[in-house]
Amino acid sequence: MKRFRLTLRQRDNLYGYIFILPFVIGFILFVLAPVIQSIILSVTEVTVTSTGFTTTYIGFENYYFALRVHADFLRQLVEVMGIMLLNVFWIIVFSFFAALLLNQKFPGRLVFRIIFFLPVVMASGVILQLEIQDYMMAIIGEQVVENYAVIDPQVMAAFLMRLQVPEKFMEYIAMAVDGIASIVNSSGIQILIFLAGLQSISPSLYEASQVEGATGWENFWLITLPMVSPLILTNIIYTIIDFFISTSNSLIQLIRDTTTQGAGFGVSAAMSWIYFAAICVVLGIVYLIFNRLVFYHD
Amino acid sequence: MAKATAYISYGRLIVNGKSVLNFRKIGSFVGMVLRYLILIGISYVILYPLIVKFSSSIMTRTDIWDPSVLIIPKYPSWNNYKLALRFMEYPIAFWNSFKLAFSVSLLQLISCTLVGYGFARYRFFGNGFWFALVIFSLVIPPELILIPLYLNFRFFDLYGLMPLLAKISIFSKLPAEGFNLLGSAWPFILPAIFASGFRNGLYIYIMRQIFKGAPRELEEAAYVDGAGPFRTFFRVVLPGSVYGLVVVFLFSFVWMWNDFNLTSFYWPKGKLLPIMLNDLSRNVLGDQYLHAPVEASLVNNAGSFLLILPLLLIYAFLQRYFVESIERTGLVG
Repeated sequence: MKRFRLTLRQRDNLYGYIFILPFVIGFILFVLAPVIQSIILSVTEVTVTSTGFTTTYIGFENYYFALRVHADFLRQLVEVMGIMLLNVFWIIVFSFFAALLLNQKFPGRLVFRIIFFLPVVMASGVILQLEIQDYMMAIIGEQVVENYAVIDPQVMAAFLMRLQVPEKFMEYIAMAVDGIASIVNSSGIQILIFLAGLQSISPSLYEASQVEGATGWENFWLITLPMVSPLILTNIIYTIIDFFISTSNSLIQLIRDTTTQGAGFGVSAAMSWIYFAAICVVLGIVYLIFNRLVFYHD
Repeated sequence: MAKATAYISYGRLIVNGKSVLNFRKIGSFVGMVLRYLILIGISYVILYPLIVKFSSSIMTRTDIWDPSVLIIPKYPSWNNYKLALRFMEYPIAFWNSFKLAFSVSLLQLISCTLVGYGFARYRFFGNGFWFALVIFSLVIPPELILIPLYLNFRFFDLYGLMPLLAKISIFSKLPAEGFNLLGSAWPFILPAIFASGFRNGLYIYIMRQIFKGAPRELEEAAYVDGAGPFRTFFRVVLPGSVYGLVVVFLFSFVWMWNDFNLTSFYWPKGKLLPIMLNDLSRNVLGDQYLHAPVEASLVNNAGSFLLILPLLLIYAFLQRYFVESIERTGLVG
């Protein structure tokens, strides 16, 4: 019997496709097909019947409805973008800072690492939703601030006003302070990625710079930051995606409500596409801006 | 009398030839104190809601309105837990949630590992193209494809294959309009088998980075010894990447366990923990739940704790893998 032999390239092609076959099938069935259907849905009116669903072509009416007629959609879209920019900035700064801290050697490092990654484990949509509805905890929170806070936020705000701090700037700070908990709680994976990057910087770089007499400050700007800069880009993109597709995002809630009780499948599909287009634009701009600043080692 | 000399050299204040102050030591001491202050502060931000949640879950009504009670209740009771356990049907819901999360994350682990390995090791035609599609599948908002997927699972006919199959005599019992897969585990299992479930792009990405970082020599040695690609993969590659596997499994288990977004859509009547938790206060208090925010909050806190408790236990056991994996696998490439 003649043995069947493959060249190296044929072998790579054959086994490569065998290994990624699950994804190829899955992508076609559970991503590509729904995406195409969703495009179709967005230009039709859908009626669900007992034996299936029927669609009638209505052109771009759904898009028109979402953008011009719907009372909330456009406003929320802009609002979500604004919140996203604020969040991404603080999450990146915080997670980089936290990763730097956790990367150093000091007693108790393991305990702090465990605590810092805890939010990844506990992030749950349903608990978040319950917390938003929870009036009692809100009341208790106010009480605690009134009775026990060292600096009353309102007094603090009045004080800053007196100092003629620009109001916009103050609002920004106030939002950041209010959001500390949410920023800390959504930085788990970003810390993990930064930490991995910091670990992968070769110690010989630091040794060489020490021999040359560089200070820690210079090491940070000239070695650490450039070496992890590709990860800053990765993390920015991950954070944007994570924010856009998270269920706590008010726009996602709006789209979902439209599906189940509002104007129906067609309109919500159109909304999703507008939203997706907006995400793509944001990601594209971010990529173009930051890719120039990133330093690639090899 | 000799003149007193004081000068600074190499970070030390030297008076009369004796080193009095070491600025570097002071600096590193201040740095250490600052570091611990910041770390403890952030830990407090993370742990505080947990502590409040737990303490209010064992409180009674009187404790809530007692201004002298902040964290430690005067009349602690397990009553909220008893209510939550009963109305969440905890044992059944726990078992259902566990079965679902375990099987889905195991399937995702298997498929994503295979796919990630394919991307990392084989230079096949279209590698870059398909990997771009992996990223694409990660970026599209789930809402975009949720509706079509919902309709497909509601009238699941293998994308038009089933009506054709039904004409062949052996398959004639298949319903021509398709199965209704909603209200079962299938809408989660099927995408998991084909590496296209929730956030599977991320797992493929992680596994690819891990395999790319692993040394090739072991595999080449296995090939020389006559092992085929699959044998090499299962015998040589997998045992070497246990840390990465644990991390992916943990991510995927946690996200499936906590998921309310998809489960409430595909399986709204399912006896799963997140769904039972969402309806908990309504079930306990009946029609009154909107008018009794205190009672609702107390029992919800107990229920939330019951939901995350198993995860905390798993994390406590696996945290070593989680925390160390970064260093071992080099998640980044």
